[in-house]
Amino acid sequence: MVVNCEHVWQEVSNYLEGELDPSLRLAMEAHFKECRHCTAVLDGTRNVIQLYGDDRLFEVPAGFGQRLQRRLAQQLGPAGFRRAGGFWMLAVAATALAVGGLALGNSGVFRQPEMRSPLARLPHGIPPSLIVAVSDEGRVFHVPGCKYLHKHESENPKLMTAAQALREGYAPCIRCLREYLSERVECPRPFSPSLQRSDRPALPGQPGF
Amino acid sequence: MGSLPQRTNIQVKTEDAAEMREQDLLRRVQAGEKQLFYELVKPYERRVYTAAFSVLRNQAEAEDAAQEAVVKAFTHIQQFRAEARFSTWLIQITVNEALMRRRKAHSEIMEPIGERLQGDGNYTPRDFADWREIPSEVLERKEIRQRLASAVAALTEKYREVFVLRDVQQLSIEETAEVLGISRASVKTRLLRARLMLRDMLAPGLGAAWFERLPFEKGNKPW
Repeated sequence: MVVNCEHVWQEVSNYLEGELDPSLRLAMEAHFKECRHCTAVLDGTRNVIQLYGDDRLFEVPAGFGQRLQRRLAQQLGPAGFRRAGGFWMLAVAATALAVGGLALGNSGVFRQPEMRSPLARLPHGIPPSLIVAVSDEGRVFHVPGCKYLHKHESENPKLMTAAQALREGYAPCIRCLREYLSERVECPRPFSPSLQRSDRPALPGQPGF
Repeated sequence: MGSLPQRTNIQVKTEDAAEMREQDLLRRVQAGEKQLFYELVKPYERRVYTAAFSVLRNQAEAEDAAQEAVVKAFTHIQQFRAEARFSTWLIQITVNEALMRRRKAHSEIMEPIGERLQGDGNYTPRDFADWREIPSEVLERKEIRQRLASAVAALTEKYREVFVLRDVQQLSIEETAEVLGISRASVKTRLLRARLMLRDMLAPGLGAAWFERLPFEKGNKPW
């Protein structure tokens, strides 16, 4: 099977999603070896997917979580909130919060600007004897198998201990090592299982909601 | 060449643990421990806000819509059936809320530049600038993040919505189709075009030059 450039462009997304039948996949791989333009399209498309899949990209407004929590607290609150006195209780609570917040703000406890994502903070507590794979591109070290290792680096990893990697000037990968150390950071799921239509819950505005 | 990276065992284990915790929280909230609802929603705050923002493109409106969507989810939590993912249900409510607000406000004053690029035919890449893989560390740089955000904001809404749900929110193709009420084939077509348009917008200026402009290239690392 032989494919031309136009065919490749229309299938590049499916190729990256792993949704092609084996013969078309092989034909595209053969084409990429010959065609610089299509390889550029493939690399760029892959970069787009990986960059936009990063949690750090979109900023949530400061205080969004707290405001959401307050809004939910209003929903949860006792019926008293809806009585006449509720307004005054709310006002008193808001004042107390504002004064308390001001005091905490001035105390220096919160002066450090919060980084926008836990993923943006460097991991701590890496065991020195941990075997890691180093990447010369970017001088970063990863947990073997990290998705940010290049394919050729995953296949032939350059392994050493974390202590040695740090001595040699490699920096820890802020994603895979954090996941490895905490084992509770939510990861992107590029290949989520599909859901059956019948399994869908009802939504507001739909019958049954 | 290769496709997108698969999840590692560590990632799978982490996801399983998080899912079990979520199931437990869901059961307790549905059984009456309503005060735990915020714990259930907290991991998805960013996703809820981003989903609303992708439709409304206005920070204040997106926050209002996101809050309203979470309140609706809270009010109707008893109707959630655990066969589907809670996150998908929440995102779907958010997108519906945002779409409803957009229809009410008629706020599409500046319609995106992408429209002229899309006909019924196939999308043809316009630029073949080489853009090799880049380290994820570039996202530490604010101007790069702004540039990426501006590029996605410039897409026509039908492409932007599909792209954000699939590639930012990481919903599956099926889930994206369900949330937007369109076919799986439409999702795939729009996704392909959105990805290629973004590549066209970003590759020429940001391709190889990203490496050259890294401020911490010569022993001046920010850590």
